[in-house]
Amino acid sequence: MTKTSSPSDATHDRNTIISVRHLRKTFTNSAGIDVTVLDSVSFDVARGETLVIMGGSGCGKSTLLNCLIGEYELDLGEIHFQTKDLIAPKNLTTMSADEKNTLRKRFGILFQSGALFNSLTVGENVALPLSEHSSVKPEVIDMIVALKLQLVHMLPHRDKMPSQLSGGQKKRAGLARATAMDPEILFYDEPSAGLDPVTSTAIDELMMDLSKKLAVTSIVVTHEMDSAFRIADRIVMLEKGRVLKIGTRQEYEVLRDAAPATLTTYEDQLMNQFLNGYNIGPLTNADGLSEFEKLITG
Amino acid sequence: MSETPSANSNRPPSLAVRTVSSIGELAEHRINKAHDSVSSVGGIILLLAQTLSWSWRSVFESGVRLRKKAIIEQMVRIGVESIAIVMIVQVFIGCILALQIAPTLEKYGQIGKVADIVAIAIVRELGPMLTAIVLSGFAGASIAAEIAAMVESEEVKALRAHALDPIHFLIVPRFWASVFMIVGLAVIANVVGMCGGLLTAWGVLDIAPSAYLDATQQALVLPDLITGLFKAAVFGGLVAMIACYEGLNVRGGAAGVGRATTVTVVKSIVAIIGTDAVFTAIFFTLGW
Repeated sequence: MTKTSSPSDATHDRNTIISVRHLRKTFTNSAGIDVTVLDSVSFDVARGETLVIMGGSGCGKSTLLNCLIGEYELDLGEIHFQTKDLIAPKNLTTMSADEKNTLRKRFGILFQSGALFNSLTVGENVALPLSEHSSVKPEVIDMIVALKLQLVHMLPHRDKMPSQLSGGQKKRAGLARATAMDPEILFYDEPSAGLDPVTSTAIDELMMDLSKKLAVTSIVVTHEMDSAFRIADRIVMLEKGRVLKIGTRQEYEVLRDAAPATLTTYEDQLMNQFLNGYNIGPLTNADGLSEFEKLITG
Repeated sequence: MSETPSANSNRPPSLAVRTVSSIGELAEHRINKAHDSVSSVGGIILLLAQTLSWSWRSVFESGVRLRKKAIIEQMVRIGVESIAIVMIVQVFIGCILALQIAPTLEKYGQIGKVADIVAIAIVRELGPMLTAIVLSGFAGASIAAEIAAMVESEEVKALRAHALDPIHFLIVPRFWASVFMIVGLAVIANVVGMCGGLLTAWGVLDIAPSAYLDATQQALVLPDLITGLFKAAVFGGLVAMIACYEGLNVRGGAAGVGRATTVTVVKSIVAIIGTDAVFTAIFFTLGW
């Protein structure tokens, strides 16, 4: 068992697998000016749930994902993980490189482009994490690879190179690779991006199927409304680097279906506009945006 | 009539102001460039240290795998595919060198010394250096483009996400493949370069091949070969490190990939010639 540390201000139960507290991430742009992309982001992820992180372009969704997988260092805040091998939550920001790598072996990540290794076949891509991180015999690895590819209906394409695959096939192969090590947590970066509606639905169903069969916690970053409403148990809505609302899918459905005139709060009007894709509302109203900025900056 | 303040503010700046402003901008640009150069030298040194550390761990730590298959694959790619180009370049260099020095030597009645000069120049200097320059354009650019494309397509990020260190996985095999293969290529370059000199001496300068070979054998001593091959190994490592550094630090999509390859070739050539000058000075001082 790994030595652990406790989060500073979060009530932790065994059901919480990830706890994000007061996360801030700032980048310096080419003009040398600091731009805060994420600010005071806090939320919990329950074990086994599918949490969708949603928001418009440039709201900080992908940055948040990169922070969660340890790709970016945080300026402020903590991200605590409680995977099954840990007796108490452990803070990602204080982990050594080796500890981060141990944690990453409990992750699976599906990248936006699939990010398959172009010099390897589909089968070799799926086998890579297994051959690198386990002492399993090659014959057993072959069997696991076949199993994982079968799960995503890609077994017939096992010997193909990534360049021979379509966009949807690349995502499915990427999903097989992401699940190769039987992860506890699966991260998805824009899984439906660039896919036609039918393939997009197929990928969503595959995600739900895997979630059920493998009992994994899924964190999905997307701005595709249909996909989000299909797969989410809960949704975190980001706007200008801050959490606007954390709620269940049903709560968001009520908000989406409400007539704009019936919504009283500014945040509800803004989310209603975003969820329905209206071109009139607080998001596109200069005065409203200014009010919103006042609201989020306190 | 006196001018209003607003009219004053609309007036274009004077020549003196514009000159000072231009000098300031130029100085800022130069300082930024110098800063970039220093940080890339630092970055390359850091990358080299990490590469050597991973190499050490791969050999001596039981849990870290030495990626022999990947090293061999890169050796084939870097070395075998460069052989033809290195040979063509070196045979011409041998010919050119013999023809360029022949008239001067003939004036002093020393035409037989062509073999000595060609042999020493090629083995100590031109063989390793030109092989490294060919390698920078051929393998260096290709390594930089490949790694840059992997960064852009999130493959490098995917490696990290799977708890695989890109330096262990990608850089170590390319570094050692480049070091090993350039030594082999430099040996081939030496032989081919001297053959180019021999052919010219035989065909144009009427020197018998046996006399040429005897003179070559007598002119060369072991330190000539060792110092030449040592320099080649260093150049190989240098090209690999610059290419990998530029590839890993790519920015700006397809245009960035193109820029990384160009910068790799330019920096490699400068680094090869600069390092060569330093080594030549050291060997000269030590009397090697």
